[in-house]
Amino acid sequence: MRKLPIDQLSALFQAIAEKEALYIPADDSSGQARFQRWHEGMEMTQALNTVRSAKDFFFPQTENLVDFKLKGKEIEVIDPRTEHEDFVVFGVRGCDARSFTILDKVFLAEPVDTYYKSRREHGTIVSLACTHPEETCFCSTFGIDPAAPEGDARGWIEGDSLYLEALTEKGEKFLAAVADKTSECGDEAVRAQQEKTRDIAKKLPLHELNLTGFNGENMLKLFDSKKWGELSQACLGCGTCTFVCPTCQCYDIRDFNTGSGITRFRCWDSCMYSDFTKMASGNPRLTQLERFRQRFMHKLVYFPANNEGEYGCVGCGRCLAKCPISMNIVKVAKALAEEVR
Amino acid sequence: MMQETLIPKIGVVTDIRIDTPDIKTFRVVGLDGKKVFEHMPGQCAMLSIPGVGEAMFSITSSPTNTEYMEFSIKKCGCLTTWLHAMDVGQQITIRGPYGKHFPVEDEFKGKDLMVVAGGVGLAPVRSVINYVRAKRQDYGKVMIVYGSRSKEDLLDYNEILSEWMQDDGVEVHLTIDRPQDDWDGHVGFVPNYVKELNPSKDYTVIMCGPPIMIKFTLANLKEMGFAETQVYTTMELRMKCGVGKCGRCNIGSKYVCKDGPVFRFDQLDALPNEY
Repeated sequence: MRKLPIDQLSALFQAIAEKEALYIPADDSSGQARFQRWHEGMEMTQALNTVRSAKDFFFPQTENLVDFKLKGKEIEVIDPRTEHEDFVVFGVRGCDARSFTILDKVFLAEPVDTYYKSRREHGTIVSLACTHPEETCFCSTFGIDPAAPEGDARGWIEGDSLYLEALTEKGEKFLAAVADKTSECGDEAVRAQQEKTRDIAKKLPLHELNLTGFNGENMLKLFDSKKWGELSQACLGCGTCTFVCPTCQCYDIRDFNTGSGITRFRCWDSCMYSDFTKMASGNPRLTQLERFRQRFMHKLVYFPANNEGEYGCVGCGRCLAKCPISMNIVKVAKALAEEVR
Repeated sequence: MMQETLIPKIGVVTDIRIDTPDIKTFRVVGLDGKKVFEHMPGQCAMLSIPGVGEAMFSITSSPTNTEYMEFSIKKCGCLTTWLHAMDVGQQITIRGPYGKHFPVEDEFKGKDLMVVAGGVGLAPVRSVINYVRAKRQDYGKVMIVYGSRSKEDLLDYNEILSEWMQDDGVEVHLTIDRPQDDWDGHVGFVPNYVKELNPSKDYTVIMCGPPIMIKFTLANLKEMGFAETQVYTTMELRMKCGVGKCGRCNIGSKYVCKDGPVFRFDQLDALPNEY
């Protein structure tokens, strides 16, 4: 483990940014925390987490896939990609750090999504342990330890110091690159902080949400539950939950006429939208009930059925904070629990 | 180099056949004049006109056709309307093949096969029919029950008359919904016709057509003693990526694009009824 005086944080950022692009969670002009490219003078946000998740780094909201030039009856296909630059994302919380391994299960499964893979290879994740998890947090439900986040490297801010530890080869490289700014140290301070954080996490109202019975075997029982009607009744279908979600990965592919050709791009989409499954012949999810049900069934039942029991949720709490009708995955899981226990 | 699933290849439309008032069959080859890729019966491909849209279509030609691929497409939406309006020589984009094919190499081998189709539902199963006809010695009897709204709406009518009906061991039963002056064949809906024909329970059934046809035919087959494990169908849901990532064709823990589109009915029973 290595440490650095916290008043040297800017110098650390400077040293990283000289070599590659650095992103940190910082407040924007409206006071909202979001990941931004670091420049001199930019400080980390005081907010626990960013409003939007960190998935943009690997799965951006919009991304060009392929360009076409049309000439008469002929079509030319052009791969628009250029090599990505290496980048470091500093200050990713444990929930978001886990979300990358969940997205990996989708995008790195055969056939590999080369767009995602390239970004993933160029990015180094330096996570930051939480010290004050909030009431909307329930990452521990999914086996995430907010005091020991995943990532290529991880850090803890305790007292006057930032402690850093590498977890992967990329993390080692990162630490080696800033070795002159840091010094070798013991882990006593970190361990003491971890204990405090874990105590706080245990007292959170949503700590250890019980998901017993949410598995593939109960798929039809949960799907056919009468509760979906009531739960989905007020859903506006705004899709905010899917857009702030670090693990929502559904996307649309669309064409845009640039005037000099066609650009085919993908963009985030939402199963909460009425046209998500709409075909020329009709729509299998006609009402908001079916769309609402799809989102939660996917995260709590379908995804784990395909991924050795891993849920499609990291308990970051963003959907709890942002849903305009105060509906969320916790309420859904609690209501449906009765069906399978 | 890693395979690029989302970047399509160019296909050239070399022939357009008007099959019915709303279905055309498009013949497609690559820029080199050869097939763009190989496939198996029941698999699909993403076709697109850049700027108009991209959609999944079943490959109606048999893989035993070594020269080209064919797609029978009904005009019903934005992209299909554009496809229907184009001329021979037009380039399109194509990527695939996608999905699990009919088990022609294992479960179907040596079996008597009954194909039940309605309307444009013949398109995906024509691939199986012609594959089995080309490898006749590997399969038992073939019985085809095909129905449409009218005689004019029967897809591949000329091929049915001049090829399928001439084959030994292939029985074809056609039906149309309502009587018509120039039609002396069977009149009535497919589910009832299947019942009237009273096929042996030894047949392995391959079914594709409108949901209402599938529902009642399946019920009739079960009444006749057929098990769901011997009845196959092919499904259609909206798709964007074709490789199980965009989330659109998700039913329960399955994705129609990669786990389907071919399913056995006992497999569908284990999934939520949302298709």
